[in-house]
Amino acid sequence: MSRSEKSSSRRDFLCKMIALVPTVSVAAYLPFSALRTSTAQAQTNSPTQTYSPKYFTLEEWVFLQAACERLIPADENGPGAVELGVPEFIDREMDGPFGHAANWYMQGPFATAQPELGYQSPLTPRAVYRAGIAAVDAHCRKMFSNKSFSELPITQQDSVLTGLEKDALDFDNVSGKSFFGFLLQNTKEGYLADPIHGGNKNMGSWKMIGFPGARADFIDWVDKYGARYPLSPVGIAGGKG
Amino acid sequence: MAMVDIKKPQVDAVLIGFGWTSAIMGMELTEAGLKVVALERGENRDTSPDFAYPLIADELTFGIRHKLFQNLARETLTIRHSPKGKAVPYRQLGSFLPGTGVGGAGVHWNGQHWRVLPEELRLKSHMTERYGKRFIPADMTIQDFGVSYDELEPYFNQFERVCGTSGKAGNLNGTIVEGGNPFEGQRSSEFPLPPLADVYGASLFAKAAKDLSYHPFSEPAANASRPYTNPYGAQLGPCNFCGYCERFGCYMYAKASPQTTILPILTKKPNFELRTQSNVVRINHDAQGKRATGVTYIDAQGREVFQPADLVVLCAYELNNTRLLLLSGIGKPYNPATGKGVVGRNYAYQMTGGVAVFFDKDKPMNPFIGTGAGGQVIDDLNGDHFDHAPLGFIGGGYIGVIQTGGRPIQQMSLPKDTPQWGAKWKQAIKDHYLYTVNIQTHGTVMAHRDNYLDLDPTYRDVFGQPLLRMTFDWKENDIKMTQYVTGKAREIARAMGGKSIEAKMKQFGDHYDTRVYQTTHNVGGTIMGDDPKSSVVNRFLQTWDAHNVFVMGAGVFPQNIGYNPTGLVGALAYWSARAIRTSYLKTPGPLVQA
Repeated sequence: MSRSEKSSSRRDFLCKMIALVPTVSVAAYLPFSALRTSTAQAQTNSPTQTYSPKYFTLEEWVFLQAACERLIPADENGPGAVELGVPEFIDREMDGPFGHAANWYMQGPFATAQPELGYQSPLTPRAVYRAGIAAVDAHCRKMFSNKSFSELPITQQDSVLTGLEKDALDFDNVSGKSFFGFLLQNTKEGYLADPIHGGNKNMGSWKMIGFPGARADFIDWVDKYGARYPLSPVGIAGGKG
Repeated sequence: MAMVDIKKPQVDAVLIGFGWTSAIMGMELTEAGLKVVALERGENRDTSPDFAYPLIADELTFGIRHKLFQNLARETLTIRHSPKGKAVPYRQLGSFLPGTGVGGAGVHWNGQHWRVLPEELRLKSHMTERYGKRFIPADMTIQDFGVSYDELEPYFNQFERVCGTSGKAGNLNGTIVEGGNPFEGQRSSEFPLPPLADVYGASLFAKAAKDLSYHPFSEPAANASRPYTNPYGAQLGPCNFCGYCERFGCYMYAKASPQTTILPILTKKPNFELRTQSNVVRINHDAQGKRATGVTYIDAQGREVFQPADLVVLCAYELNNTRLLLLSGIGKPYNPATGKGVVGRNYAYQMTGGVAVFFDKDKPMNPFIGTGAGGQVIDDLNGDHFDHAPLGFIGGGYIGVIQTGGRPIQQMSLPKDTPQWGAKWKQAIKDHYLYTVNIQTHGTVMAHRDNYLDLDPTYRDVFGQPLLRMTFDWKENDIKMTQYVTGKAREIARAMGGKSIEAKMKQFGDHYDTRVYQTTHNVGGTIMGDDPKSSVVNRFLQTWDAHNVFVMGAGVFPQNIGYNPTGLVGALAYWSARAIRTSYLKTPGPLVQA
């Protein structure tokens, strides 16, 4: 598919979505599968904030929400990736130095090499996401009666993600394994990084694991062997978790 | 070659790069009355505002996105596993993290401040004497440094005083002192500061190690345990165990760095000038390559500038020092096919392994309580402190618990069978984050004939100059070493009282993996020695070829030592500076006759 065709189809999709949903809020971008799951889970998945993606298109955004929630699902242990704003984190990263591979050596020639010699693709992370999401959704439509990734039941979503992880899905324009690698890395980053970067809302993951965040001063607790650190986390921008 | 746009007035000495060795040289040469210019490719930066709290407590920006390190978009190197392979660029930072900017890697090191073992400085002689010539494999090109521990002792001492290093002597003037490292070379005085306090995990390690008849002690730490004023008058504050040390600048003025220990004094001197965003691209020299005339650099505006100087000191990161000599045509490039030539010879790295100890939930280990250095270590399996004859390898390493932080993206240890994602991964981070202690093993890598550095034939930097090419892979000797040492670490781990343990170490057949952080302890390429046929610089770090060119840094190590390199790098810089001040400046010429 050429670039212009792709853009045009994306525009069509967006127009349809806007027509369907008068107020375009983040809630409207929720994965359909999440809406079909149990009420309790759907509630924990509902982001309270509104955020409009700057880089991702509407259909990419829908994919991202669904995929992040499978990578780190909400459950009785604590919040999932969507509740903590991980898609927002990833969208913001796409427009930063990481998304543009601004600090990577990106001069050619680009050769294939043993995996131990590291990333050798000319594609920036933002390009990998764009091509990767399109390829996965196309794959899903072909395999599952024209349903996109986000429309699949979660067991099928998991098997698609596992296929990417194991490099079992072969795409023309992007390595599925590389795409999965960025997606998983960035999802964990958004889940565990300081909230100033857009994810880990209310320091939800830090509270779950017991990390005090940016407190960064533990001189009075060094010799308290075996005693749980008593203070809740703080973030760089202030505020307690 | 482009025309030079600007020619600067002559100076006595030019320093290439502005990290630890440059700060030391700058201090020494200005004290000798020389007019000194330091050229740093990166930007200026200081504790305030660049490392200030709370922005420094940001794992993503500093730890994961590498804010303080070399920007590979401008310059990197290529890597391959053997001389037959095709090298590809190190496009993303992974295995090692070269610094850039004022302070260099001295800003974001941990402060693990070791000396060297006396036998490691004369490794080839020592191994030959004890085990016979045939004990050294044919393709292993180890050699002696050409300087002895006793000669360097005053300079180790001096660098520790500058850094305000915290520790406990184990060998004070030949007397073994309880609580220190009984295997170390003798010290002429106690550490300037007492050891840092131990976190829980380190104390459990020390107890288990002692029960197994090892000799645990506090790792020497250039993280101040008390307020300290160094001999230059620079002041350090005490470390508060913030857990943001390696990969970060220290907001507490507690970690020794050029900024905290030397620059406040050096940068005020009238005979010293620092120029940042000045990227040296070559060393200029006379037609025979026997005498440098100065250096050429590209300034922030892209102009080519010639800086004439009587003395040129390479103080860049060790890989860049090798590259600059190769780009400048100083010294004969090494050829692995013939074994002839020296520049790029004996590149080596560091071997690391570890054991994770998982505890039950009644024992929170609070991993976020961290210092860059310190903790408890043993040296029983380093150097030649144990009989190598039945083991069939050369080298060793230290084992210890040095809890540097619990930053959750990078420092999360999970059992191997944990899925990488999904509800089970999430369960695992909740179950293990607070309850895990990591034992590290950190050891030698020997030099081998086909591990080396040269210029890449294909890839170029932002200025159009060839990148450095690294040819390196793990060798059998070093895998044997880590399997032995990490195997012993596993025994200590079992005795620590956890519910389960998991060891991680290199296996035979493993290739060097550039994607996974190991250490920024790259060594060799501009090695020191007593013979111009097998070394680039003499025992005073003066190049054999051009007497007014000196090379600092871990590039002068003929093979890697078991310890972290910075203590030896700093001491060698003071040792070299002393030779320049007492001998070279009086009668410029070779300090050692070839």
